[in-house]
Amino acid sequence: MKYLGLAFSNRLFWPVVMLVALLAVNVIAVPGFLAITVNSEGHLFGSTIDIVRNGAPTLIIAVGMTLVIATRGIDLSVGSICAISGAVACSIILGSPNPDDPGVVGVAVLAALGLSLLLGVWNGFLVAVLGIQPIIATLILMTAGRGIAMLITEGNILTVESAPFKFLGSGFLVGIPVATIIGAVTIGFAALLTRRTALGLLIESVGINPEASRQAGVRARGLLFTVYAFCAVLAAIAGLILTSNQTAADANNTGLFIELDAILAVVIGGTSLNGGRYSLAGTLVGALIIQTLVTTVYTVGIPPIATMVFKAAVVTAVCLLQSPTTAAAIGRWRRRSPAPQPVAKVAVSR
Amino acid sequence: MSVALAPATGLTRAGRRIVDVFTSPKSGPVLVTAVLFVLIFVAGGLRYRGFLSGQVFLNLLIDNSYLIVLAIGMSFVIITGGIDLSVGAVVALSTIIAARLLQAGWDPTAVIAIILLVTSTLGLLVGLMIHIFKVQPFIATLAAMFLARGLCYIIAKESISIEHPFFVAMANLRIPLGGQMSVSPSVLIALVVLAIGVWVLQYTRFGRTAYAIGGGEQSGMLMGLPTSRTKVLVYVISGFCSGLAGVLYAFYTLSGYALTAVGTELDAIAAVVIGGTLLTGGYGFVLGSALGVLVLGLIQTIITFEGTLSSWWTKIFIGALLLVFIILQKVLTSRRT
Amino acid sequence: MPDSLSAAAQLPSVAPVVEMNDISITFPGVKALDAVDFRMFPGEVHSLMGENGAGKSTLIKALTGVYSVDSGVIRLGGEQVTFAGPAQAQAAGISTVYQEVNLLGNLTVAENVMLGREPRRFGGIDWRAMRRRAAEILEGLSLDVDPNSLLNSHSLAVQQLVAIARAIDIKAKVLILDEPTSSLDLEEVAELFRVIRSLKESGVAILFVSHFLDQVYEISDRLTVLRNGQLVGEYLTPELLRIDLVQAMIGKELATLDDLENRVHSGDREVAPTEGAKPYLVASGIARKGAIAPVDLVIGAGEVVGLAGLLGSGRTEVARLIGGVDRTDAGQLEVSGHPIKLRTPRQAIKHHIAYSSENRRAEGIVDELSVRDNVILALQADRGWFRPIPRKRQDELAASYIEALNIKTPDADTPVRNLSGGNQQKVLLARWLAIAPRLLILDEPTRGIDVGAKAEIQKLVYSLAENGMSVLFISAELEEVLRLSNRIVVLRDRQKVADLLNDGLGVDDLLALIAEGATEPEPVTGAAS
Repeated sequence: MKYLGLAFSNRLFWPVVMLVALLAVNVIAVPGFLAITVNSEGHLFGSTIDIVRNGAPTLIIAVGMTLVIATRGIDLSVGSICAISGAVACSIILGSPNPDDPGVVGVAVLAALGLSLLLGVWNGFLVAVLGIQPIIATLILMTAGRGIAMLITEGNILTVESAPFKFLGSGFLVGIPVATIIGAVTIGFAALLTRRTALGLLIESVGINPEASRQAGVRARGLLFTVYAFCAVLAAIAGLILTSNQTAADANNTGLFIELDAILAVVIGGTSLNGGRYSLAGTLVGALIIQTLVTTVYTVGIPPIATMVFKAAVVTAVCLLQSPTTAAAIGRWRRRSPAPQPVAKVAVSR
Repeated sequence: MSVALAPATGLTRAGRRIVDVFTSPKSGPVLVTAVLFVLIFVAGGLRYRGFLSGQVFLNLLIDNSYLIVLAIGMSFVIITGGIDLSVGAVVALSTIIAARLLQAGWDPTAVIAIILLVTSTLGLLVGLMIHIFKVQPFIATLAAMFLARGLCYIIAKESISIEHPFFVAMANLRIPLGGQMSVSPSVLIALVVLAIGVWVLQYTRFGRTAYAIGGGEQSGMLMGLPTSRTKVLVYVISGFCSGLAGVLYAFYTLSGYALTAVGTELDAIAAVVIGGTLLTGGYGFVLGSALGVLVLGLIQTIITFEGTLSSWWTKIFIGALLLVFIILQKVLTSRRT
Repeated sequence: MPDSLSAAAQLPSVAPVVEMNDISITFPGVKALDAVDFRMFPGEVHSLMGENGAGKSTLIKALTGVYSVDSGVIRLGGEQVTFAGPAQAQAAGISTVYQEVNLLGNLTVAENVMLGREPRRFGGIDWRAMRRRAAEILEGLSLDVDPNSLLNSHSLAVQQLVAIARAIDIKAKVLILDEPTSSLDLEEVAELFRVIRSLKESGVAILFVSHFLDQVYEISDRLTVLRNGQLVGEYLTPELLRIDLVQAMIGKELATLDDLENRVHSGDREVAPTEGAKPYLVASGIARKGAIAPVDLVIGAGEVVGLAGLLGSGRTEVARLIGGVDRTDAGQLEVSGHPIKLRTPRQAIKHHIAYSSENRRAEGIVDELSVRDNVILALQADRGWFRPIPRKRQDELAASYIEALNIKTPDADTPVRNLSGGNQQKVLLARWLAIAPRLLILDEPTRGIDVGAKAEIQKLVYSLAENGMSVLFISAELEEVLRLSNRIVVLRDRQKVADLLNDGLGVDDLLALIAEGATEPEPVTGAAS
């Protein structure tokens, strides 16, 4: 009973239950769901591999979003940054005489990441220096960003044939999908960056109580620049994976709605949109839930087009479970039902 | 009275009043938008033959009547400090419901009534989720957006064209205004909604309470205003307006399609902001939002007239305008507090 | 001090319009009101007096329906009432002007006066009639503002008067004015008092809350004093000496901390090191508009300087200026002889000045973080995020402060919000001690915590000073200030009124200064009786 209570109080409890339930549904529908096979080229294959591969871009962005949200912020521009980074990389590769040269691809990737870093600094500037609400500040780049991406691609869908670039999104390394490896490295790096330095502590402190943090001498401005820039670079990485996977940069559709999935992953993972304590592990579970949900819809035989309805159901369920109103209602119910404990009442003596 | 308190400069009294009106967070941004609209229109007229005509202006209304209705609903929500991300998806849902039910032989009046009922109910659910469960508007309307899009796909994957004579008539009918100018019925509907929106926000306690919530919910409650009810109702209004905008959009395109109106919520939000409504709530006019829609439409028209400019410049221009207006609002409001 | 007057002795011929009997309200961990009685008669101005945490605002919020009472009865005009919210209280004739103006800056002045009772025409708001009516009311208050202008285009004083205009228009039986004068200048106060008197004549009962004793004595007929959530007494204003009022508000401490008291007063400690000691911090004429008039202050190395004064006297405001939390408008600061500029708390910390806020919850602890994280926060912020304090060192720091300050927590990983108030305060102290400040500013470090923790914190301050740290100590409890300070600066109405060596000073001496102010403007040295 004690452990059950402990589990209940853990923020990862509900997300993990949900993930396990989704996997269970899949296993019941398709008994061999969890099976992983090795094909002739030594690559791992299976539904779970698909989940960790296709879920990687969302996970990568969600990691950056987690830190942004922990500072009481939000970044709506990540989808547009995906499109911009893909457009930059593809146009550089297409412009070179030798698209299969790893050096060219390297330059393209670095250029995409560099430009995105600038865009992140721009977001940070609007939020930290001009003091504009994050949701509004990043809305600007969300709107204009797709236009910028179109400007780079000149309105075309840029199809690239480049083996080194294709490797990013659909290659395998020691049997594991490269996208998955990038995702794992990203979350590992973020965990190290924030927990091995004091970045995580200061981010949480600013997110929980900005004024107390200011009085304790925490410089919020530098932190905000850091998290928005970091988030933008991660969005660019995700954009490169998506673009590589489609072997084309599509300014209109690359990373469309990915900001919503990323925010959803963060919220499902138990990080409050009000900022403060964050959980990268929770975000990982959240991203897996979203991707598993998509897979489940396929395996259970529901028309895949209904995925959106399920996402809506999941968002609603998670929000209602996390709501203070629900917590209060459960609190009342708990106190009432087992209630052998009398409510201590101090006698008023006069 | 701030006029009288202003430091004595060389400006005349009238001049100071004009400065005052332009720097007020209430009227400043919307006036800047109005001036901007006139400037762009005149600049377009000087540059392109046949631009400076009444019909070009009326075409702005005809092409954007659904967006005007959408922006009106969005204004209510944003004035309370909320946001509604679901409007684009709800427009798509409305067109699909219309196309599907008409295909099944339903009466158009019943179809429209059902659409408005469904979308208002969706708004009600969102409002309750925000008010009772304290879910942030951003997330609650995001859920509604997923739900509406998902329902679209479930009802029909493919585009369904609408052939019902009433809808076709609404699409093609032009009401002459003399001088070879004309408007579509949708424009009249949008203008009626606009008039109602102005009246409700300006002349009812509900409307003023919406402003009160945006200015300070706690204060509004302590002043004895019905803040809870109002907070839920603005989402119902936004839902209703999205449904109506969907009907107008169906008149305009004569089809229902799940993938239609993607990103329209951004256009609506941009129009509202450019129209002078503060995204943090408390200030704004629906007339401004309509003006914001026209500015967006005008930019598109200019790009069409220019011919060499590609369509993606629209998005960059809108983004730049958003930036300018957001900074303008920031400056005007911080000056006051 | 006269005893609380018995009800019969001075009952006016009319029945009370408000009667609150045996009111108790408990918040998690705090008994905010403990069986308090309160009443008001028609046509009187009744002042509610008390320090921080006395229960004034809780009592007001109970009366106005913002809080519901745990026990007790509220009667309005003889009939028992329970309000589900401020709207109901308003409808019943209780109108409130809150301290922080609770109006809507984004709406017009006319709306702020009339909204909720707006005149209507053709089913909508009749703006013309509304403006006209608002203009009449404002004219009645001699307030010359355009009813159509936005409220936030006006000064705080005007906004305050608009709030009063709104309250008046409700035709209230009871008008509650919570700190209505804090942002007004003398003329505006006179104007407000004129309005209050005319309302009083028309039979309205007015509840007046102010930190300015002069104003309280000028306007009010009767006083009720609260302390720590309990009723001290109800008095007729002319019969209560100021010094007795202040004493009633501040009270005598319940627990005697004999050991500490003996050590301080038995002469095993130099009481007046100021004369010879090198000053650590010198503030000359530091001021901030609307907060504190220019103040000079010297704090010597190893000296404890106490700031005494009522809430709102400027004691916290001075501390915030020195701590870099608020910026000064004028004056200079010198640390060890070098002039410094403080624009942020971070800069103060760089100069080894630490300010521990009086508002523990909002400005002190970071409640979701662990005890350890809270302890190391300022130190870590000072080092920057890329130079983390090694985990082992963090644990050592946390463990050593948990032990040294006797912080009662299951472990260092416990979120600090799970701790009691006193232990939260100790965690906050640990945070500041961890950066080894040369000057520690403690703003009400002992408020709202239990007696044991209080004694421990006092002992700590004493030993810190013995080890050479300068301390600026603020407390509402004069005994505490006297017990710990080498020197005491008295503030009153946002001005410094005395700067005294703590050489045989008594509570009565301080009370006199706080109540009346110094007769001579020069610093009084050694005003012992």
